[in-house]
Amino acid sequence: MADSIDVLATLKLVYGIYVFIALSLIAWFAYRVTKPRDDDAGAKPAIFWTYVVVLALVGTGLHFLTFAKVPWVPIDLKRAGIEPSAVFDITYENHEMSFSSYPMQVGCGEHVVFNAISNDLTYGFGIFRTDHTMVAQMQVVPQSRNDLMWQFGKNGTYYVRSTEYSGPKGARMIAKDAIVVTGCDEDDVRAAALGGQP
Amino acid sequence: MSFVNTLLNGHEGGLKHEGLTPMQKIALRFVVLGVLYYGLAALEGMMMRVVEITPVAAIDDSHFFSIMTVHPMVGIFGSTYMIVFGAFLFLVPYFMKKPIFSLKMANASWMLIGGGTFIMWLAGFLFSYAPLYTLYWPLPVDLAQFKIVGGLFYVVGVALIMVGTFLYSYNVFKTIMYTPEGWDKQPSMELFKDAIGFTGLINFFKRRKTEHIVDLPVAAISRGTIDVGLNAVVITAAGVLLLIYMFGTMFGVTMEKTWVDALLYKNIFWWGLDLIADGLVLIFVAGTWYILAMMITGKDLFMKHVARAALFVEMVVSWTVWSHHLMSDQGQSNVLKVLSGEMVTALELVTQGLAVYITLVTLAKARPLKMTNELKFLLGGLLGFMLAVPAGIIQADLGMNRVLHNTQWIIGSHVHVAILVGLTMTLYAAVYLLLPILTNGAKLWSQKLATAHFWLHLTGGIGMGSFMGMAGIDGMLRRSIYVDGEYSTYMMLAGICGAMLLLAFALFLFNIVMTFGVKGLIGIYSPAKTDTSDCVPALQEA
Repeated sequence: MADSIDVLATLKLVYGIYVFIALSLIAWFAYRVTKPRDDDAGAKPAIFWTYVVVLALVGTGLHFLTFAKVPWVPIDLKRAGIEPSAVFDITYENHEMSFSSYPMQVGCGEHVVFNAISNDLTYGFGIFRTDHTMVAQMQVVPQSRNDLMWQFGKNGTYYVRSTEYSGPKGARMIAKDAIVVTGCDEDDVRAAALGGQP
Repeated sequence: MSFVNTLLNGHEGGLKHEGLTPMQKIALRFVVLGVLYYGLAALEGMMMRVVEITPVAAIDDSHFFSIMTVHPMVGIFGSTYMIVFGAFLFLVPYFMKKPIFSLKMANASWMLIGGGTFIMWLAGFLFSYAPLYTLYWPLPVDLAQFKIVGGLFYVVGVALIMVGTFLYSYNVFKTIMYTPEGWDKQPSMELFKDAIGFTGLINFFKRRKTEHIVDLPVAAISRGTIDVGLNAVVITAAGVLLLIYMFGTMFGVTMEKTWVDALLYKNIFWWGLDLIADGLVLIFVAGTWYILAMMITGKDLFMKHVARAALFVEMVVSWTVWSHHLMSDQGQSNVLKVLSGEMVTALELVTQGLAVYITLVTLAKARPLKMTNELKFLLGGLLGFMLAVPAGIIQADLGMNRVLHNTQWIIGSHVHVAILVGLTMTLYAAVYLLLPILTNGAKLWSQKLATAHFWLHLTGGIGMGSFMGMAGIDGMLRRSIYVDGEYSTYMMLAGICGAMLLLAFALFLFNIVMTFGVKGLIGIYSPAKTDTSDCVPALQEA
């Protein structure tokens, strides 16, 4: 099962290639625009309209691609039909997080829900590995539903950090070793190994 | 000529402000103040860059976040609004060959926006008021963290900016629609429909086209001006709400924060705020590219009927795109997330991609072109949006947003590349192009400094955005403080690039001061000696 490391590594590669192409294109154009004109290639309406269609396909196609390839997208969109194996409540108040169970023990591949409630300000709920890479996050808005359904595919111990600014007092809202995932065949090498193989 | 003499009097006589028309003076007042506010925003940005590298004792958390609160406000309102409004208040009457509706209103606009920005900045500087520009409910009225006087300064400052913005918007549309004294009656409604792109949209589907009575650049300006006005309504409404709660607290009236639904508030606020991102940044920039391309080449715009129709489409897009800011809000409906957040946002790739293509082909059709300052900065601006818009489309995806929201990717690869490289380089192109028109032919002091300005800004802008973006991919949040050196390598590299940006600005400012001379710059703010409603002196126009 792909995780955020896989998805973001793909992003880094694809976007890096795109940046190189865009830079090269503008550099080439800057060179060519100072030279005498020899053709009108880009000015043909057929090329123009093909370009428009390609833009529309790329722009919308990304979302179909991630729906098919990124595991948490279908979970997000179809979650009404998925029964969670556990629900963990996290309450935010006065720039502190309190957990219904600590650490939150999660079995591999299980659908669990992190249900965050804010009693005062807008906060964030982010799950991070020990090397600080992000697993997932959501906003925690007062008077609003803030429940994230998630499925872990690797053993590991993760920390939780508020990902939204809630004033200077909330700059370092961190709960160490808050989530422990066990039961998987593979370890998350970027997450502390407190969970690990049972 | 000695250095001191040039510094005081400018290069080759500098800016002879006595010969400037009132319109030229107003435009220059806007632009000079906007450039200075850009310098302030750049300095603030560099201070934050330093803290991101290593904690600094002189800048504690409260101070850091108050800088983070005013930094984008100074950058957007104090700098971008000022430069854009100054240029457009000049260009609308210039292109329409008619006097501006009200010189007094135009003067009031720069004073209100400039003064309001300063008062808003004081809220952070003096009182550490730091709810960030997002003002997520109920943080701005969390008076356990912030002093009420700071909130009042902030709201009053922003209110003045919004009044100045309303006056600008009204002045632009009145200039387009009104009938100057001694003129034949102008077709106000037809001018309005053409200005907002409605006629262009209808023409797109008609075999017999209605002749346009508003030039394309003016249509682009007025199209963005609608969103600027609407945004001002939303921000003003938020300000009134904050004032009600602050006064309530001051007078001991208990006001529950739950009276305001935080998610609904967030929807309305982002709807308004996105009108800046899409109304001002994307549409004004596209309009400015068209103006620059036409003025640089002296030729008509390629596919101009499509560009006109796209302006109207962009209006629909910018009014319905806001949900991409709420993709990590679980309470937001999935229908809105997919339709508004993903699909409508994807259309921005089309509308902005069209603008890039149309501008490039317009330039290419006129080649060979001389690589002037305005052309190279225009190409830099195009590149900025070619990089930043796809980055925005990527993060406006349900899958990617789950792991990118509120990280440095958003503010680095998307926002700062869009603003610093895309928008600012476009504005610099406009400044270099309009410099001789606005100053009756003042000559730039140093081309070498202008070239250094270009390369330092381009490299610094793309570099800083890229290193911030890479840190974001590795999990670095955008509104948090890291004290254990978790991302120090990325932040040091971003800091070096930030320093290049600051140096680029210093070189640009120095070049402008030496070009105009200190006396010329001060003279911009003295009353105009010529009494004319023309944009440029009659002799120059001839």
